[in-house]
Amino acid sequence: MALLEVRDLHVRVEDREILHGLDLTVNAGEVHAIMGPNGSGKSTLSHVIAGKPGYEVTDGQILFKGEDLLAMEPDERAAKGVFLAFQYPVEIPGVATMNFLRTALNAQRKARGEDEYSTPDFLKKVREVAKSLNIPQDMLKRGVNVGFSGGEKKRNEVLQMALFEPSLCILDEMDSGLDIDALRIAADGVNALRSPDRAMVVITHYQRLLNYIVPDFVHVMSRGRVVKSGDKQLALELEASGYAQFEDAA
Amino acid sequence: MPAVQETVDRVRRIDVDQYRYGFETLIESEKAPKGLSEDTVRFISAKKNEPEWMLQWRLEAYRRWLTMREPTWARVDYPKIDYQEIYYYAAPKPKKQVNSLDEIDPEILKTYEKLGIPLREVAMLEGIEPRVGETDPVKSKIAVDAVFDSVSVATTFKEELKKAGVIFMPISEAIREHPELVQKYLGSVVPTSDNFFATLNSAVFSDGSFVYVPPGVRCPMELSTYFRINERNTGQFERTLIIADKGSYVSYLEGCTAPQRDENQLHAAVVELVALDDAEIKYSTVQNWYPGNSEGLGGIYNFVTKRGDCRGRNSKISWTQVETGSAITWKYPSCILRGDNSRGEFYSIAISNGFQQVDSGTKMLHLGKNTSSRIISKGIAAGKSQNTYRGLVTAHRKATGARNFTACDSLLIGDKCGAHTVPYIEAKNSSATFEHEATTSKISEDVLFYCTQRGLSEEEAVGLVVNGFVKDVLQQLPMEFAVEAQKLISISLEGSVG
Ligand SMILES: Nc1ncnc2c1ncn2[C@@H]1O[C@H](COP(=O)(O)OP(=O)(O)OP(=O)(O)O)[C@@H](O)[C@H]1O
Ligand SMILES: [Mg+2]
Repeated sequence: MALLEVRDLHVRVEDREILHGLDLTVNAGEVHAIMGPNGSGKSTLSHVIAGKPGYEVTDGQILFKGEDLLAMEPDERAAKGVFLAFQYPVEIPGVATMNFLRTALNAQRKARGEDEYSTPDFLKKVREVAKSLNIPQDMLKRGVNVGFSGGEKKRNEVLQMALFEPSLCILDEMDSGLDIDALRIAADGVNALRSPDRAMVVITHYQRLLNYIVPDFVHVMSRGRVVKSGDKQLALELEASGYAQFEDAA
Repeated sequence: MPAVQETVDRVRRIDVDQYRYGFETLIESEKAPKGLSEDTVRFISAKKNEPEWMLQWRLEAYRRWLTMREPTWARVDYPKIDYQEIYYYAAPKPKKQVNSLDEIDPEILKTYEKLGIPLREVAMLEGIEPRVGETDPVKSKIAVDAVFDSVSVATTFKEELKKAGVIFMPISEAIREHPELVQKYLGSVVPTSDNFFATLNSAVFSDGSFVYVPPGVRCPMELSTYFRINERNTGQFERTLIIADKGSYVSYLEGCTAPQRDENQLHAAVVELVALDDAEIKYSTVQNWYPGNSEGLGGIYNFVTKRGDCRGRNSKISWTQVETGSAITWKYPSCILRGDNSRGEFYSIAISNGFQQVDSGTKMLHLGKNTSSRIISKGIAAGKSQNTYRGLVTAHRKATGARNFTACDSLLIGDKCGAHTVPYIEAKNSSATFEHEATTSKISEDVLFYCTQRGLSEEEAVGLVVNGFVKDVLQQLPMEFAVEAQKLISISLEGSVG
């Protein structure tokens, strides 16, 4: 059974169809890259998988570990192991990052019927992960993403990914706004999470990221569909020739 | 950290339409006859064994009240109150003289238990995390002067306070035991003629707390009173008077809950604070009265007059309030900055949900030289509620160097509620510097989605975001109260999403 199975997905936003029959199959252990021009529907796909309100699925289905993902609330999906690293992480003033991490982690664990972490265990775990991502402790005392630089926000997303140990990680343009060093650190963090029972879907505009996080498959999206799939060579071709060749195909 | 987790757990445990504190205690009560007349006033005064001067004081207020009209300027709307349909006095019958907690009616103790009110010292310390670097257990003690219906039935920690020379007792007792103090200060901040509701209170107040902190004394513990309205149709007219003598300090906590009712219940309390030279009073409230049912029926009408007088130089009065309950809230804790260099503060969280109407704010009246004030108001409106901040900041002609900073932030949840800000500013002295900032925002869909993507339910997400929004004010509360307030905030926002 595939980990994620998207079949003939049609999605509307405010009476406009944005995804027009999208197919995607992701197996555990695989890394998929999704590339495609601005506005082709990459973020929309990630939002629909994670369950963001405001999208109407008019046709098709999404199965996650064989279950109907579309029937679940976003928090249920999260507890089942769906994680989305946002293209634009939001700020939550007054809510200390550490507090947020703990509340969210324990909510997920509770939903799965697992014990909540004790404070010392939790702190130990956060500290380890934060250290590996070069995140200073006092950043965790600040409000969630409040006053974080672009790079810090992205690192905070990878931190959460490492902490929650999801089985499906969708990374929406995690490379945007990162300098070379930050990119390497974040990518190392992601690579450290690669495992036979976890899959990654990496959305990006740049081949560069794929030098760090080497994908097993590359898909090109255009106008709401996957128009071509291949291996990592495809990303190199795109870098050379751009998306124009796919505009007609879509 | 654990507080938020508790909030989250608490929300899970609660049914939306079930006001958790809505139960009655089966206590026989002794009522005054229904309605208001000179006889009612005399009945109350007699019940309390009051001296003649007190009766005359009440009667004067009553006669004054007859000539006054109910105010209509607030942004609240409610059916006309029939003042002759209300009982003005009710007391639980004491079975016998109470000397210690063990002798208190077990029914009453059970009530407190259900409310989670930590009457016993053990309970007080249980589940309460000491503030960082503050492990002294004495400091986390809270003296409780429990007001049950209209009569105080339990007083703890009396001994320890006595040692420090602090007087903390029901005001009815203080009238008999410390008449010189009561006569000197009662009505000196809120005169009997002040406003319709305060005047009514002056005529019929049943009980409340009296605190006197002698010169140079730092009150050794937080003083606390829990209110509970328990008699059908009984208006509650609490009267509180706190005096901090020269160079003293006291922190006072007030909290209340009320049982579920169909009829509206009138509450008109008066709180007077007096701070003399170099004295400081910190007054904190967590208010959680029955807000009415999901159709907007029932609920408490809360018309409160709270005022502090910074009478001495370098004195300071700080109001912190968390208002989550009541059908109608009409409340403006204020400071008269009379002494030179005195300071007034107002920190407020006002939450409205369902059909609640809140019109609340503060007045900072700068009279002395170099006086300063600070107002931080956080209004949260959900459901079909209306939430108004109304504030007045004035500088007298002679108030050179007066400074005020005001920040009013409103947060809207959903699109059927309203938040309004009505600031009045009047500077008659050109050296005054008054700053005012106001923001209104909505809880954003993106923030909610971010939280739910990380595993929080929508309701938990709202609780978390709102607790973040009010953090600056929560920090002003004593630790024990802050934890309680966080819970209330989440509870009161139930059903506000989805
Ligand atoms: N809430 C919305 N209302 C209206 N249109 C929307 C909404 N969300 C997305 N769209 C439209 O859907 C299309 C796809 O947007 P999406 O954000 O998925 O693209 P993307 O591939 O992620 O682009 P980029 O590379 O710029 O991030 C765009 O034309 C966008 O304007
Ligand atoms: Mg995008």
